[in-house]
Amino acid sequence: MAITESTSVRTSKPTSSFINNETVRSVFYQILTLACVLGLGWYLVSNTIENMSTRGMSAGFDFLDASAGFGISFTLIPYREGDSYFRVFQVGIANTLLVAAIGIVFATLIGLFVGLARMSSNWLIRTIARWYVEVLRNTPLLLQIIAWYFGVFTLLPRPRDSLGWGEMFFLNNRGFYFPAPVAGDGFGVTLAAFALALAGAAGLIWWARKRQEATGKHFPAISVGIAAVIALPLLVFLVSGRPLDWEIPALQGFNFRGGVNVPPSLAALILALSIYTSCFIAEIVRSGIQSVSHGQTEAARALGVKPSWTMRLIILPQALRVIIPPLISQYLNLTKNSSLAIAIGFPDLVSVWMNTSLNQSGRAIPIVAMTMAFYCIVSLTVSFAMNRYNQRILLKER
Amino acid sequence: MLKKIVPVAATLAAVLSFSTTASAQQTLAQVKERGSLNCQVGLPTPGFYGLAADGTWSGMDVDVCRAVAAAIFDDPDKVQYQSVTSAVRFTSLANGESDMLSRTTTWTAVRDTQLGLEFAGVNFYDGQGFLVPRDSGITSAKELDGATVCVLSGTTTELNLADYFRSNEMEFTPVTNENVNVLVETYLGGGCDAYTNDKSGLAARRSAFPSPDDHVILPETISKEPLGPVVRHGDAQWGDLVRWVLYGQIEAEELGVSSENVDEMLASDNPGIKRLLGVEGNIGEGLGVSPDFMVRVLKHVGNYGEVYERNVGENTPIGIPRAGSLNAQWTDGGILYAMPFR
Repeated sequence: MAITESTSVRTSKPTSSFINNETVRSVFYQILTLACVLGLGWYLVSNTIENMSTRGMSAGFDFLDASAGFGISFTLIPYREGDSYFRVFQVGIANTLLVAAIGIVFATLIGLFVGLARMSSNWLIRTIARWYVEVLRNTPLLLQIIAWYFGVFTLLPRPRDSLGWGEMFFLNNRGFYFPAPVAGDGFGVTLAAFALALAGAAGLIWWARKRQEATGKHFPAISVGIAAVIALPLLVFLVSGRPLDWEIPALQGFNFRGGVNVPPSLAALILALSIYTSCFIAEIVRSGIQSVSHGQTEAARALGVKPSWTMRLIILPQALRVIIPPLISQYLNLTKNSSLAIAIGFPDLVSVWMNTSLNQSGRAIPIVAMTMAFYCIVSLTVSFAMNRYNQRILLKER
Repeated sequence: MLKKIVPVAATLAAVLSFSTTASAQQTLAQVKERGSLNCQVGLPTPGFYGLAADGTWSGMDVDVCRAVAAAIFDDPDKVQYQSVTSAVRFTSLANGESDMLSRTTTWTAVRDTQLGLEFAGVNFYDGQGFLVPRDSGITSAKELDGATVCVLSGTTTELNLADYFRSNEMEFTPVTNENVNVLVETYLGGGCDAYTNDKSGLAARRSAFPSPDDHVILPETISKEPLGPVVRHGDAQWGDLVRWVLYGQIEAEELGVSSENVDEMLASDNPGIKRLLGVEGNIGEGLGVSPDFMVRVLKHVGNYGEVYERNVGENTPIGIPRAGSLNAQWTDGGILYAMPFR
């Protein structure tokens, strides 16, 4: 940052000597600084390589093709024991992203709910929400993850004594099992209809906005759009003869087989991450809404704006300006905190790659570098996307 | 601007002048100068690296550290123990945080050749097995198709497990963790159908269960697990010392020298015993310790048989019978065989 700041656009007097020329000086110092930074980087890299070779430790990425040879308990993408280390890396990334995505959705929903509850006029709801935030926000996340894992999920009954609901949903200490959808012939038509309806709804909303800007006439585009997105695929699904089967989990041998299984470590991790992060999101939501002066509501009422529109068109756009920047940080925190999965053995990137693979292959430097690069790229991408969104909703100063 | 540059340049100069390349042949000198041996053991496990309530360590692998310390200092208690998880042990040793690793570590080609480490011998021949609850009715590992198996991450056990199920065309779900205590808790809570580890480790862990008799070790041994102490690659003298202290204890048992009769044996006419105890020859000198280093080791720690019986023998809660096993002397049908002390 300092480098760009020092680039001055001012031009110095032509009479001063070459050495005192401000532009020349700043360019010289920048080159010097850059050389120092590059030199330091080169020194660190070459020193690491040299020290590793004197200790007989292997560096390099050639091990990525080698067979990993260990099993992974939960994989989102197909994986066999004989697959390569690079596949293990991909499995870890997929699992980490899964945890982050589900965690962010749950944390946002719970956080929104609790944040609104904290401003409730009902004393009981307000107080419960406050204690929820204060207690959970002020205990370490690692402790919460372990508490969920050992305090809840491992205490569930064994597979033979599973809790079952309607012979379809089962809960035991090996996880939560529910039916998996299996697409039959012609299910693609339903998916196509869904995509079509989605595109149509987007077009409708765009058209309604243009028309309102031009004529002032309102059209309930969102309600109509949602109805279309639900109704059209449903209609196609029924007409095409319901081409979707459900694979029901059934007890077979030691465990349930078939269906979808959410293992205890994943459930504990997502619950702990969502609940912990939701406390921060709740406070962010509350602060955002309270930052909008009550005068805005009164002004809207005085102008005769409907109460439901007041929230959507006046309060929320202003509150979001306060909410979005800290919310980005919370999403990034959640993603990075998912690396605590290692404590309860969920195979996320850190657990399966930076722990197991590192130990099995002994390639510490490449593995740690790859892991750091992944988290860095994810964080920068999320941050970029959310910052773009933030720019869109920023106060337009004219 | 110049004010900012000067500290940067000074730091850079300081960093550049600092060389981290340590000379390889100095572990023994460092240990002597420090006055104590840094030895890595595992998370407390009875029999191999058990931790008593008063904070003292004991066990098969702890005795390797104690024997080396006795050889150097004539005092087996001059050891700083570092309790490490299986996942960090090699990096930690390679980085020089300790002088040796004695932590039921399996000798494999990859570990020996690619991690910058060197195995100094074998102090326990083991094999991997499965522990299951008795009431599960399982009597063979072949019945484990579809089972959920608890396994330590980053171990050879983890790889053998996958190999065994693959070669027998069976399926399994691993429950992995780097912390053995978490795994054992998960197993006892029913979170997995079987717990797999080296059989000695299973026996050791089981001895600490609330009711050990409710769990059985299945008969199958699915792998070779030669466990031994590890040192850093490149310091041959230090590796030799650890290796010959271990061989010395095995040789002493073969020759009938124990902690009880070592003083009498100093007067023995047997040339083998004379060489072992430093009465003749100069083996200790070549290792950088005093000629009577084995006398110190035997006095303080004992020979291999004493170490075995004290820590994991039949009269201990772990109770691993030695007779007829791989860990018996080669003269008794085992494969324990010290290279000649001459």
